[in-house]
Formats: sequence, structure tokens, C-alpha cells
Amino acid sequence: MCLAIPMEIKSIEDNVATVEVGGVRNQVRLDIIDEPAQVGDFVIVHAGFALRRIDREEGLETLKLFQEGLGLELVK
Amino acid sequence: MNLLNKFKDPKLCLNILAQIRAEINGEFRFMEVCGTHTMAIFQSGIRTLLPEQIVHLSGPGCPVCVTHDREIAAYLALSEKDLVIATFGDLIKVPGPGGRNLKMAQAEGARIKVVYSAFDALQIALENPDDKVVFLGVGFETTAPTVAAVIRMAREQGVGNFSVLSFHKLVPPALKALATDQQITVNGLLLPGHVSTIIGLEPYLFLAQEYKMPSVIGGFEPLDILQAILIMIRQKNQGQVEVVNNYKRVVSDKGNARAMEIMYDVFVTCDALWRGLGVIPDSGLAVRKQYQDFDASVVHDQKLPQVEEIPGCKCGEVLKGLISPDRCPLYGTRCTPARPVGPCMVSTEGSCAAYYKYRL
Ligand code: SF4
Repeated sequence: MCLAIPMEIKSIEDNVATVEVGGVRNQVRLDIIDEPAQVGDFVIVHAGFALRRIDREEGLETLKLFQEGLGLELVK
Repeated sequence: MNLLNKFKDPKLCLNILAQIRAEINGEFRFMEVCGTHTMAIFQSGIRTLLPEQIVHLSGPGCPVCVTHDREIAAYLALSEKDLVIATFGDLIKVPGPGGRNLKMAQAEGARIKVVYSAFDALQIALENPDDKVVFLGVGFETTAPTVAAVIRMAREQGVGNFSVLSFHKLVPPALKALATDQQITVNGLLLPGHVSTIIGLEPYLFLAQEYKMPSVIGGFEPLDILQAILIMIRQKNQGQVEVVNNYKRVVSDKGNARAMEIMYDVFVTCDALWRGLGVIPDSGLAVRKQYQDFDASVVHDQKLPQVEEIPGCKCGEVLKGLISPDRCPLYGTRCTPARPVGPCMVSTEGSCAAYYKYRL
């Protein structure tokens, strides 16, 4: 249940970011993230919220794990 | 350039495995306390590669599996009132007293909606001002700040028909309970990556300082997990125990201060009931008085009902790593993922379900 997925920020409006993973787009809230996030950043997403910003390279890395494995079922 | 390949690289993994083999000295029992680790360890086949002396135990790391019968009974009782219940999907199949679950209640007419986020539950309340919406708050530190943020939004917007029944739980107090339990023999703890994203390193330090327990925050790639095991074994062998953050690319040692602040603005720690573990002091999160207009236990006067335990289910012993799932008499016969008796068989992250799926 604590599954969290790295997703790329495509756009930001107020406190909501449009994020993408494997071609699937979703909206996540930025209310609890600790550093300001920007378009192009990867964020760890859980239950509709971005938890933390991660480096792009490291985002891609974790992303691949989830594409091949368990992660996508939780993404709408 | 791409670090990913390194974390999956079979050669690197075999290299670490060889070091594990060379350095292991007698039986080594490690426990993970994160459902995502449970899945990753089974899925990657790591279990079959590890030397026989290494025993993998899945502890109380799945919030659904540790939700107590009495908590499920409270959720079921709410579903009988004239309310709209919004919940994470994981929860609706978890059996409560008499095997009854929220899915059955839904089939009988209760208005139960599966949502992906507490925020979606708030939207339901805003779109249906004549309905009273209750969100069932379960989850560890990963999830609790998201629910807290939504309660704050509800207050800012003056929403009058939204509340949360909070049975959120905290990981470090449960680890403390495990560390003090004389029955349990664990030589190392693989600490949960995403919970750590929020809480950071500090709340775990007591594990090394007070209990001399090798403890490593680890990621979810095969190499992450193998490295963590190697670090634990080295610590045990060298008698130099400390808490290590081996998942730095995602977890900062300091955690996420903003999320923690929001979580503790809305919630206050309270004693909590864990399935199989009983009451653990200060291991739960209750809604603070200042936010009581959004606390379903107050607004809808919902207490924890007394219940009879599910007969025969050994989830408690499984969660403590005292027995493997196949030693439960109901495992695979009366209890299967299609017809689960206990919560460990319901969630895909539960020990019994993972065990069953990979037929070990
Ligand atoms: S096999 Fe089923 S009944 Fe037995 S411990 Fe696991 S969940 Fe409980």
C-alpha cells in the first residue's frame, strides 16, 4: 500500500502537477512536497500526492523498475 | 550513465551474492517491514538465490494486513449508517468479524466508493453536498500526510460533510515492539523505503543504539536488497551496528519536514491496535481536537466495537515472523487469495498472498 511511483512533471498549475509515467497521465498534488518542483522533475507519487522530488536520472532508473514490475496497477 | 542498469545488473548482483556467501556466518534471519519489499523479494527471485542460512521474514509492513478486526468492524458499522464511505481499494476485501467485509456490505446496498486518494474523497463530498462522506484512513507515514493535507483543505474550504476515521499507524513504534519481543529472533531489519522518504533516518536510530539491531533503509531493485542484506550481515559479524540509509537516491536522511509538519498539525499520536501484535503504545494517529469537525469518530460517534477473533487465522504469528504462512492450518485450503480468511491473504503485498502466488 505504500507503493510509490516515480512520475515526470509535465506541467504545473497552482498546487497541482500533471505527471506522466509510461504514457499514462495523471494529476498529483504538491501540498506535501518539501522542495519546489518544476516541469521536467521526477517526483515520487503516492495516493495522489507527490512525496519527494528526485533527480531525473535516478527517476528514470526507478521508473524502469516499476514499468517492468509491480507499479502500474495503481496508476489511473 | 544510467544507474538503473547497475541496480539490475546480474553480474553486480552475483558479485554481492558471492560476498554474502563468503561472509555469512551461521543462520541470518532478516525481516522486511514493507509490502513493496515483500513483492520485490518474491518477484525478483532473490529468495531462491540466497544461501540457505538466510531466512527472509515478512513483518508487519502491509497497512492492510495489520488493520485489526475491531477496526474493520468499525468501518463496517459506519457503512450501516446513512453515509458515503470512501476507501482505498485494498481495504474492501479485508475480512472483519464473521468473515464479513466492506465488499459484502456494498453488495447489500452500502454506499462504498473506492478512491485512489483522500483528495478524491473530498471531491465526492464537494460534489454531493447532501451526502455525508467518510474517508477510511489507513496507512503508514507514507499515506498519513496526504490524508492530513486533505483534512486541512476541507477545513480551509469550510466543507461540512467530510470526515476521516483515522486508523493510521506508525512504523517505528511497531519496530520497537518487535525488537522487545523475546519470542522473535531477527538478526537484521530491512527498513521501508517510502515510509523513510517521509520520516528520514532519525526515528530508527534507537534500533541500533538500544537494541543492537542492524537496520538498513533499502530500495526495491534486486541490487538494493542484496546490498542491504550484505550490510546487515557485515554489521552482525563485526559487531558494529548502525542504521544505514542505503536508498539515498530517494530518501534524504532528514526525511520530508513539510510532510511531517502537516501530519502532526492534524494528527496526534495515540495507542493503536495492530492485528496480531495487539496494542502498541503511541503507534497510531488520531485526529487532533482542533480538527474534530473532520474526525468521523466524533462526528459519527464511531467507537471500536468488541469482536470475536477470526478462528484459526495465524496472521499474528506470520506478521511476527514466528511461522511461515504455509504453517497456518488454513493456508491454501480454507484460505486462498480468491477466498481469504485473514488479511495477510487479501492484499497482494501480504505475506500469505505472496507466498501463495509464488508457491514456495
Ligand atoms: S493463511 Fe490465511 S488464515 Fe492463515 S495466517 Fe495467512 S491469512 Fe491468516
